[in-house]
Amino acid sequence: MGFRDALDSRKFLITAEIGPGKGTDTDALLEDAEAIKEKIDAINVTDLQSSVMRLGSMAVCHLLRDRGIDTIFQMTCRDRNILALQSDLLSAWVLGVRNVLALTGDHTTMGDHPQAKPVFDVDSVGLLRIIGRLNEGFDMSGNELKGAPDFLPGAVVNPGADTEAALEMQIIKMEKKIEAGAKFIQTQGVYDPDIFEKFMRRVEGFNIPVLVGIILLKSAGMAKFMNKNVAGVFVPEPLIKEMETTKDKSKTSIGIAARLIKDMKDICQGVHIMALGWEKKIPIVLEQAGL
Amino acid sequence: MIVAERKPLAEIKEMISSYKKVLVLGCGSCVTVCLTGGKKQVEMLASALRAMKKAEGAEIVIGERTIPRQCEPKFVDQITEEASRYDVILSMACGIGVQGIVERLKKPPVIPAMNTTFLGMADGKGNFDEVCLACGNCLLGFTGGICPVARCAKSLINGPCGGSQRGLCEASKDNPCVWQLIYNRLKELDMLHLLKNVSHKRKWPVHPQKLSKEDSG
Repeated sequence: MGFRDALDSRKFLITAEIGPGKGTDTDALLEDAEAIKEKIDAINVTDLQSSVMRLGSMAVCHLLRDRGIDTIFQMTCRDRNILALQSDLLSAWVLGVRNVLALTGDHTTMGDHPQAKPVFDVDSVGLLRIIGRLNEGFDMSGNELKGAPDFLPGAVVNPGADTEAALEMQIIKMEKKIEAGAKFIQTQGVYDPDIFEKFMRRVEGFNIPVLVGIILLKSAGMAKFMNKNVAGVFVPEPLIKEMETTKDKSKTSIGIAARLIKDMKDICQGVHIMALGWEKKIPIVLEQAGL
Repeated sequence: MIVAERKPLAEIKEMISSYKKVLVLGCGSCVTVCLTGGKKQVEMLASALRAMKKAEGAEIVIGERTIPRQCEPKFVDQITEEASRYDVILSMACGIGVQGIVERLKKPPVIPAMNTTFLGMADGKGNFDEVCLACGNCLLGFTGGICPVARCAKSLINGPCGGSQRGLCEASKDNPCVWQLIYNRLKELDMLHLLKNVSHKRKWPVHPQKLSKEDSG
């Protein structure tokens, strides 16, 4: 069953994310994907994550498709103008991509080619509108397409946005994204079920499946790094302590992720796991979480 | 106003290396206001270049002059005669001023001493902040008078992005997230409803653009 069917069936959705590397080697990536393919409804493939030059998402989505794995093509607005965005969407369709996550994208200065020209011809809301228009059979200049895609579009929301202004605008933006055609939401990583619950209560009327983001903690250092540098992600002190004092980081990490999923699964429609290289541990996390 | 910053001395020295008579020309407008290219800065640059050349044992004649605006022909005309006595004009004006001189004077050649950086506003403490990108389609009426095109690193219209942390921009932690500033301002004005409807078609005109007498009416 592909992701779209899974969504329509209203089952509890499970997705995971893999990030292509810097170069043409794909063996490790495909191995990780194979290790989890039976447990997940789709695999997200990131698009030059953190603005670091890497192998592209579309190519990897195609390779996974060949192996019978449904993918969610993450597409950012950082590197492509509206010609390239539309064209790459058509290309992605032809290569077997059926689901797209529309993102604005990290700024170029955060990556390893800070001198590159940032594009941002449109933002994530604009990209969702483009996907919608192509789905209707037209391009953004009103020309009819000879062959139209039928993408399932999704968007991202950050429930941990850390100021009143930031959170209110995340919610306003979520509404705009739904109006622009988003059919599912995957969130940034959440470590605090209370904050997530508050957020879900605010958006319950929006009527859209939300997959809560779970990031596997690899170390206390990683938690502190994210608290300092990753917007919207906040690892509470007790979890940092757990990672600091454990003799088995992997076991503790899996335990934390499983607990978080258990605590939040009843208030959302799915989970999106970001394992950052620990993809092979995902099946154990899911098992411990009772999924 | 237009903010411009002086190029590094080493770069300027390299650019004038083949010339024997250099006129350092300041501008009395924007670059005077932001203290980078006015009369005082002309003196300082001329001094520094003389000192560098002396240290090398090289001969050079460096003249100093400042006119009210280099982008206006009538002011450029004031230096026609003087300029003809030099091999090169080292302009401390913005890129417009450099080209203003070139349009008006056949010779000598003109070299920029400055990098023109942005359209900005003074904060009253000697600092300048970029606030306008000359996008050609002003949407300040929808954003409480605060510009996201210039002040958001990604020029987002449906801001903010997910990278804003502690009210700061992900691309530059010294900058506030402008969408938070916009939110706070619209909240004060009781106009938050505007946020739902911000729409902006940013135009990408063919350069160079022109404003004709007929259009300016």
